[in-house]
Amino acid sequence: MAWTSKVLRVDLTKGTCKSEPLNMEWAQQYLGQRGLATKYFISEVDPKVDPLSPENKLIMVTGPLTGTMASTGGRYSVVTKGALTGAIACSNSGGYFGAELKFAGWDMIIFEGKSPKPVYLSIENDKVELKDAAGLWGKTVWQTEEIIKKSHQDPQLRVSSIGRAGENGVMYAGIINDLHRAAGRSGVGTVMGSKNLKAVAVRGTLGVGNIKDPRAFMVATMAAKKVLADNAVTGQGLPAYGTQVLMNVINEMGALPTRNHRDVSFEDGRKISAEAMAEKRPTDGKSHLVTNAACFGCTIACGRISKIDETHFSVVNKPEYWGASGGLEYEAAWALGAANGVGDLEALQYANLLCNEDGMDPISFGATVGAAMELYDLGILTKEQIGMEAPFGSAKALCELAEMTVKGEGFGKELGLGSARLCEKYGRPDLSMSVKKQEFPAYDSRGIQGMGLTYATSNRGACHLRSYTVASEVLGIPFKTDPLVTEGKAGLVKAFQDATSVFDSAGVCVFTTFAWSLADLQPQLDAACEGDWTMEKLAEVGERIYNMERLFNNAAGFTAKDDDLPPRLKTEPAKTGPAKGLVNGIDLMRPEYYQLRGWDEQGVPSQETLSRLGL
Amino acid sequence: MQVTFKLFAMLQDYLPPEGRKDNVLALDLADGTTIQQVIERFALPEKSCKLVLVDGTFVPPAERDTRTLKEGETLAIWPPIAGG
Ligand code: SF4
Repeated sequence: MAWTSKVLRVDLTKGTCKSEPLNMEWAQQYLGQRGLATKYFISEVDPKVDPLSPENKLIMVTGPLTGTMASTGGRYSVVTKGALTGAIACSNSGGYFGAELKFAGWDMIIFEGKSPKPVYLSIENDKVELKDAAGLWGKTVWQTEEIIKKSHQDPQLRVSSIGRAGENGVMYAGIINDLHRAAGRSGVGTVMGSKNLKAVAVRGTLGVGNIKDPRAFMVATMAAKKVLADNAVTGQGLPAYGTQVLMNVINEMGALPTRNHRDVSFEDGRKISAEAMAEKRPTDGKSHLVTNAACFGCTIACGRISKIDETHFSVVNKPEYWGASGGLEYEAAWALGAANGVGDLEALQYANLLCNEDGMDPISFGATVGAAMELYDLGILTKEQIGMEAPFGSAKALCELAEMTVKGEGFGKELGLGSARLCEKYGRPDLSMSVKKQEFPAYDSRGIQGMGLTYATSNRGACHLRSYTVASEVLGIPFKTDPLVTEGKAGLVKAFQDATSVFDSAGVCVFTTFAWSLADLQPQLDAACEGDWTMEKLAEVGERIYNMERLFNNAAGFTAKDDDLPPRLKTEPAKTGPAKGLVNGIDLMRPEYYQLRGWDEQGVPSQETLSRLGL
Repeated sequence: MQVTFKLFAMLQDYLPPEGRKDNVLALDLADGTTIQQVIERFALPEKSCKLVLVDGTFVPPAERDTRTLKEGETLAIWPPIAGG
């Protein structure tokens, strides 16, 4: 059946852990992971809830394919009301934690309330216990994992935890598992910290033994793996160069947001690209990149494992950072680099290591530094306020500000607010490059028009992973569209959003979609999951999930006004490149998008749409 | 005429050593040289020329045979790649 059919409910206020049967009717309507946990969440939580209050809940959830032999089947998600955004949040992570949780026999864990003191949850199959985390509070993610493994005398435990960023109320704190895999966005780690929940440590030995039709499942997963292996992108490009290979592409296209989106190309872009990561450094003759890496069950292996230059100013006399560790991925390299005008690869890796070590979203952190550097450039923030000179391009400032932010020290406390709250505080809300208070990722929507609509209508705030139209507009997957026009983008965005909702609910990685379509996923789900999982049903599930999330946000107080871009992208044309002279055409795309979705002019789903989708 | 030529990812191995460091090579081409002719001159495998940009703008496969390069333009080529 693929689902374990068991939910673990943890009341942190009372300190109790209870097993409940999974609502199988909902599983048929929402599949798993993102969809199913969101259904639980909105059924139990008031949309107006303060994200950092005990009344907010936090769900860690697997998908039906998590822990199975499906390629990339190791994913899990964290669903809550985001601290950064106040919108529905769903952050997805790879690594090994998700599969281990499934092996322990749980589809999801629902955390509610707030513990009176720091605790962590220990799971060994059915044996579930909240344990004292006094000795873990104040520790980094990396220390936490080591201490827990030692105290349980079990090196095979999988640990997901917050670092000091989550404890210190950094509004974009993430939850890190397996040392450098992150449920990174929207402040899910901030919510976890507000509950005094430091970590979840899990050991599962039960496996996933309840596949509906094991023989058909083996045939389907083998065929799908062959599709990934035979595809040049998933079979060669991603393992060899990782996501970082996009740096030069997007820069060349004039769609690489630079210096807080003042510019659309970065003169030092190549220095922070995948190609640069593979080159030998003059200082030690070694390349930054050590190897690629895979999450559980993944046959793509896009992950980057790198070694920082030991002679770099950021890590001199800090041997704890000299080992091989995760990074740099494209988004982190962009946010820590181009967004601030910093072209020092080693500095970016140092800041990235701090984000992993202490659980902080590098996209929101980097982009917030970019906003602060612009405020500094304009004389609104001074050297005294920041505690240092912070011009665009300063690698030193980037590294020091990262240290201060995770520790919650000095100006780091203000950076921890995120760019929207920071810019608001200093009277320039227009300088926050965000939607629904969440910072943009690494694509400038003046040069890739569809991404403007993607950001504006993403249910979790600006995000590329809700509808990655870059695949079509830049890379020609599944077909090439013109990145500079708005025509046709409303339909493209809707199609990507609905399909992505299904992938995010299945337990597999969205990067499979560079080779797989829903038609490749469908036979795997149909063989694994009880019920009749046709293409039509999956398409409807995807659309249902997107609309359900939208209903939550509307009830939380979001309106059509929040489906918009910052004025810079609508009024300041790109200065260079193919998009020179263009702004984003969000106002042209949004009405058509609402219409295609069956929403009214205010972005509210019509009764007809809701009843068609069974909402 | 002078044209800037860039090859990335696995294709960078097709650049002479002096170009590999920065993925870029200055080319002196006869007027009227097409993109396809440059692809052939460097013996780039056809199916590896997935993303072909001239000054950042995509040139579809069907136009590579006829699209001539102009003085000062930048031709950049990638194999099939993706990111996130
Ligand atoms: S493609 Fe990359 S991110 Fe996705 S599961 Fe594989 S290694 Fe992890």
